[in-house]
Amino acid sequence: MNAKIVKLPWFENLLNLTVLALLALICAFPIVHTLALSFSSASAAAGGRVTIWPVEFTTQAYRFVLDNPAFIRSFGISLLRVVVGVPINMILTILVAYPLSRSSTEFRARGFFAWFFLITVLFSGGLIPWYMVIRQTGLIDRFWALIIPGALPVLNTILLANFFRGIPKELEEAAAMDGAGHWTILVRVLLPLSLPILATLTLFVAVGHWNSWFDGLILMNAPAKYPLQSYLQTVVINPDPRMLTERDLALLQLISNRTTRAAQIFIAMVPILIVYPFLQRYFTTGIKLGSVKG
Amino acid sequence: MSSKRKIWREIPLYTMLAPAVVLVLVYGYAPMVGIVMAFQRVLPGRGIFGSPWVGLDNFAFIVSMPNILQVLWNTVRIAGLKAVAGVVVPVAVALMLNNVTSQAFKRTVQTVIYLPHFLSWVILAGIFVDILSPSEGVVNLLLRQVGLRPIYFLGDDKIFPWTMVGTDIWKTFGFGAIVYLAALTDIDPTLYEAAVVDGASRRQQTRHVTLPGIAGTIIMLSTLSLGNILNAGFDQIFNLYSPIVYRTGDIIDTLVYRIGIVNYQYGVATAVGLFKSVVSLLLIGLAYKLAAKWADYRVF
Repeated sequence: MNAKIVKLPWFENLLNLTVLALLALICAFPIVHTLALSFSSASAAAGGRVTIWPVEFTTQAYRFVLDNPAFIRSFGISLLRVVVGVPINMILTILVAYPLSRSSTEFRARGFFAWFFLITVLFSGGLIPWYMVIRQTGLIDRFWALIIPGALPVLNTILLANFFRGIPKELEEAAAMDGAGHWTILVRVLLPLSLPILATLTLFVAVGHWNSWFDGLILMNAPAKYPLQSYLQTVVINPDPRMLTERDLALLQLISNRTTRAAQIFIAMVPILIVYPFLQRYFTTGIKLGSVKG
Repeated sequence: MSSKRKIWREIPLYTMLAPAVVLVLVYGYAPMVGIVMAFQRVLPGRGIFGSPWVGLDNFAFIVSMPNILQVLWNTVRIAGLKAVAGVVVPVAVALMLNNVTSQAFKRTVQTVIYLPHFLSWVILAGIFVDILSPSEGVVNLLLRQVGLRPIYFLGDDKIFPWTMVGTDIWKTFGFGAIVYLAALTDIDPTLYEAAVVDGASRRQQTRHVTLPGIAGTIIMLSTLSLGNILNAGFDQIFNLYSPIVYRTGDIIDTLVYRIGIVNYQYGVATAVGLFKSVVSLLLIGLAYKLAAKWADYRVF
């Protein structure tokens, strides 16, 4: 579309580019700085000599963190959470999106079920009743507490149902002529045509699982069961002295607390950075479907 | 088709829905039943069936709390400021990106500014607590080098709300910008061509074609954010606040957390939560009505 765009006068153009470059710098700086800190020596970090480049390069902080069984364990729990949680999220999303995408003549209770699910987005019992129900169902301190209560991402379901509805009806009708039932239409006709949006939603729920911290924090009593972000919350953000072992206390004095914090934060970011190129690729698709319906 | 055969044909649809329906009944609707705790003095171990009813005592207690109005005001203030900045900044950035002719530059900037959207507030709090620290944080070191006094971004209750707004914008503006940028690409290209024929400058194009083209999206998103006026951002504030900034930084959600999860006053915490849910629901209802009216928006 550039052809029909008149160019800005050169000074305005320069200003525009400068401001955008500055904004990008402001976004990148805290992350780059954290990375630089994590590879710097304790004395350089404490002396405020680190900005965007490691000073007195060392991997000591990473060795300390990766030697910590509690950190490794919580990293493992987070990975497991993604591996187990994402397929469950996606299967339920698809199974609910299909009936909701039917016309109300084809599925007479469609309106009822659409509201049945939507109401839970609009209104909730609040934190305490939610917690009590999870306790009543025996999930406290169990890994499944991180998976089951949020297993149906309702908004994603609505997105997918809307997407299904946008697929030309003729394809389904042709399949139905050949005797295909609902399951066949869903699996053989709709799903193959929905791969990009399914990829988008998969990435989004994966990031969501990886980033969740609050449920782990309040649903797990034993810190040994914390996923990584809950672990970081208690170790890096709100350090609880009871959480530190004697080994930690002794070692922390050897290397700067600050560089270890940076290393832990950076390790927690790595999975996001790995999937980021894919996230970006599907980003526009996802957003266009989500916020700005045509 | 006869009604019997119709039901037959619908059975697979019910099968598909069944697991999710059970799940939502338990974890979505059962907590709504738990709201009755707002009218009980919840005793440990007795649950919602054994605890005594206390009528509106919990609500009376909330109203008598000395800081309740302050917390309510903090919530609305922080959420309101975020909502305003959350429209202005992304729209401005989207318009600026739209003016960029070099695709490589545009893509690079976009790549960098969306990234924070995908990082959790735990990670970001870890980063911000470090760089905003008055003693060793890099931001204050830079300020000192320019000869300014250090700013207590997270420790001064006059500054704390602004730190929340600023860091929230930092995290979300890139994502917001792409939403508006997506809306920009839907604008009919012939409008630009017509403007060129009429001799419009770049700035006039922006004013008379681009802005009106995304006005619908702007109105829709700002209206919908009305429903969030009691959501000042629990994840962010919980990870960045401390007792020294409670005066301006404590919000409804953090208060509920401390009353309920820390102090085990389930009845009171549920009552505060109920107040929030009801007000939010009313606002969401209003927002959707307005959005439907002004921007022709529908959920389904």
